[in-house]
Amino acid sequence: MSDSDVVDVTRTPVQGGADHYESTLRHRPRGPHDGGPEMIQMLDPEGQRVDMGGAGEYAHHVDALTPDELRGFYRDLVLLRRFDLEATALQRQGELGLWVSLLGQEASQIGCGRAMRRQDHAFPGYREHGIAWCRGLDPMRLIAMYRGVDRCAWDPEEFGLHTYTVVIGNQVLLGTGYAMGVQRDGAVGTGDPDRDTAVVAFMGDGATAQGDVNEGFVFAGVNDSPIVFFCQNNQWAISEPNERQMRSPIYKRADGFGFPGVRVDGNDVLATYAVTKELLDRARAGQGPALIEAFTYRMAAHTTSDDPTKYRFSAEVEMWKLRDPIARFKTWLAHEGIADHTYFAQIDAEADALAAQVREATITMPDPPMGEIFDHVYVEPHRQVEDDRAFLAAYLDSFVDEEVA
Amino acid sequence: MATTKMTIAKALNAGLRRAMENDPKVLIQGEDVGKLGGVFRITEHLQKDFGEDRVIDTPLAESGIMGTAIGMALRGYRPVVEIQFDGFVYPAFDQIVSQLAKLRSRSRGAIRLPVVVRIPMGGGIGAVEHHSESNEAYFAHTLGLKVVFCSNPTDAYWMIQQAIACDDPVIFYEPKRRYHEKGEIDLDASGPASDLFSARTVREGSDLTLACYGPMVRTCLDAAAAAEQEGRLLEVIDLRSVSPLDINALTTSVTKTGRLVVVHEASGFVGMGAEIAAAVTERCFYALEAPVLRVTGWNAPYPPSKIEELFLPDLDRVLDGVDRALAY
Ligand SMILES: Cc1ncc(C[n+]2csc(CCOP(=O)(O)OP(=O)(O)O)c2C)c(N)n1
Ligand SMILES: [Mg+2]
Repeated sequence: MSDSDVVDVTRTPVQGGADHYESTLRHRPRGPHDGGPEMIQMLDPEGQRVDMGGAGEYAHHVDALTPDELRGFYRDLVLLRRFDLEATALQRQGELGLWVSLLGQEASQIGCGRAMRRQDHAFPGYREHGIAWCRGLDPMRLIAMYRGVDRCAWDPEEFGLHTYTVVIGNQVLLGTGYAMGVQRDGAVGTGDPDRDTAVVAFMGDGATAQGDVNEGFVFAGVNDSPIVFFCQNNQWAISEPNERQMRSPIYKRADGFGFPGVRVDGNDVLATYAVTKELLDRARAGQGPALIEAFTYRMAAHTTSDDPTKYRFSAEVEMWKLRDPIARFKTWLAHEGIADHTYFAQIDAEADALAAQVREATITMPDPPMGEIFDHVYVEPHRQVEDDRAFLAAYLDSFVDEEVA
Repeated sequence: MATTKMTIAKALNAGLRRAMENDPKVLIQGEDVGKLGGVFRITEHLQKDFGEDRVIDTPLAESGIMGTAIGMALRGYRPVVEIQFDGFVYPAFDQIVSQLAKLRSRSRGAIRLPVVVRIPMGGGIGAVEHHSESNEAYFAHTLGLKVVFCSNPTDAYWMIQQAIACDDPVIFYEPKRRYHEKGEIDLDASGPASDLFSARTVREGSDLTLACYGPMVRTCLDAAAAAEQEGRLLEVIDLRSVSPLDINALTTSVTKTGRLVVVHEASGFVGMGAEIAAAVTERCFYALEAPVLRVTGWNAPYPPSKIEELFLPDLDRVLDGVDRALAY
């Protein structure tokens, strides 16, 4: 399958003038969505090591991985999925207001997250639980946000992880600006592996329509900023398929902004790792931005509030099940003799323990105090905020007094 | 007269359908409005029945949605834009403020922009950040826009049609936490009972006036019912439109009751309550027996949902405001 099959633009001339075209795009049936021959793939869905889409160029990064690191990827994938499923279950039981599942996108995020260095900085959307995991954030911080207890109250500098961003695309400009700051600090191209820094900004396929995202590309392009734009193309933006958002493949857009773009199999952890590693190294070396399109699939609903049966066929989901990111990696690890039954069983047990821990910590998580409304609105006190804080405190006290009396 | 029991959500859907049937120039565009029928299902089945040319699933870009809607209006269409949640209107803010609001005066009246911007607004649904905002003051402060709120199914049904028929741009707020509240509607009535921009007295009383709109109308009606138990007769005015503001309805009521409490979810600081208090005080200072008081969301960003009940004015807080006004 070629590019043009992925996002086909079939235009039929209309009678009466060469300048007038009628689009037939909307009537086009959805294609097979296998990413096409340009997609970089190292592990096929059956768990065979392959060299697709020019993967060979990146293979040295995989060759450099130790068996411990490879087993670590597996552990990440399994624990992340288990955490995500537990969070979905907790939402169903009323313990969370919402959950945004990353089911199916684990390899995109673990591959990318493990390619980052300590000093790098990630700018996530709202589904990047695997990135948060790799940055060392306690997953309960994510639970707290979706339980409605806080709004990402972690210190971004501590983890090299900006807060989650819910407004589609905003974080892409923030990440670009952060990378411009990195340049001004002289933290690119020094050759010192612990100093040279890159930024990764995350977005979905739908987000590529936003002005902020395109402006981020422009700014990073003209500034040669050390940033990798990591787009998880999970084929859907809520109910809208790729066809409603774009007419040419995402990775190809980079060309127009003046930096390289690649499509990688987002369900192949080796490929996402290797490609991200290569392009992050390049950015840290001062060679400018890049766009990675991780071709993957949103296996779950958009969020727990969504009902995908309204707009997509289960056959499509079934087909993507066969491309599961964890199954293929497990097969390969076993085949290579890197991990065995005992190891897999041990990770399953660890995942069970994590799930139990998450459940317990969620159920016992206290509500925030009243002060949470007014704390931290400004660095310095603000008269009108403080007036309302005092007013609410007195108002709540009036009930206590009544109860006592 | 044949009435039907309907939710606000269904009434909006029926109103949109009728507007589309009556005028082939009416279009709908927004994110997920087509096949899904919108995340709140307000546009459910409309794409199926009116086609993809009239109900457009757009790319995910609010500035694009807004700017192209204005462009289609320039070409003679009457676009109804859906902004998925209140907090996502800001990418479209530039197009709304710089073009939608100003093209008519810029062109000395040559241009009309009959564009409706539907925004599900307000909190109380346990949502994550950016899904619970009340941003009406930004738009009311932008002259060139009209800003209205529906608060019940009958108004939802008629007001959406009136907004679409209006030749000026209308920001149309829908109280999302009330979407599923039901009421009787007469779908066969030949037209609406009131003008789109006039307030309505939804409960008569003599002791104090509560002015409210959108989601707070239900809260104020509940508060008035509770106050009656204590012998206090509150008048409740559903403003319906905050720009233009039906000041006469307020001064008439305040002249009778002598006291006014304004209730809204948005923060009080530079909110609609401030404008209303000033406008009423300027006009009927001698009729007032107490300062105009405000019961509003606090002066802070909307909090995490676990404590949103502390942020939102509720029955107790409205009654507390009533007590304070009556204490003068
Ligand atoms: C500015 C803005 N508009 C609308 C929304 C509502 N919304 C949340 S997620 C989403 C779809 C996002 O799709 P995509 O970028 O593909 O990311 P995915 O959710 O698939 O990971 C929409 C429309 C939003 N969060 N922000
Ligand atoms: Mg997507």
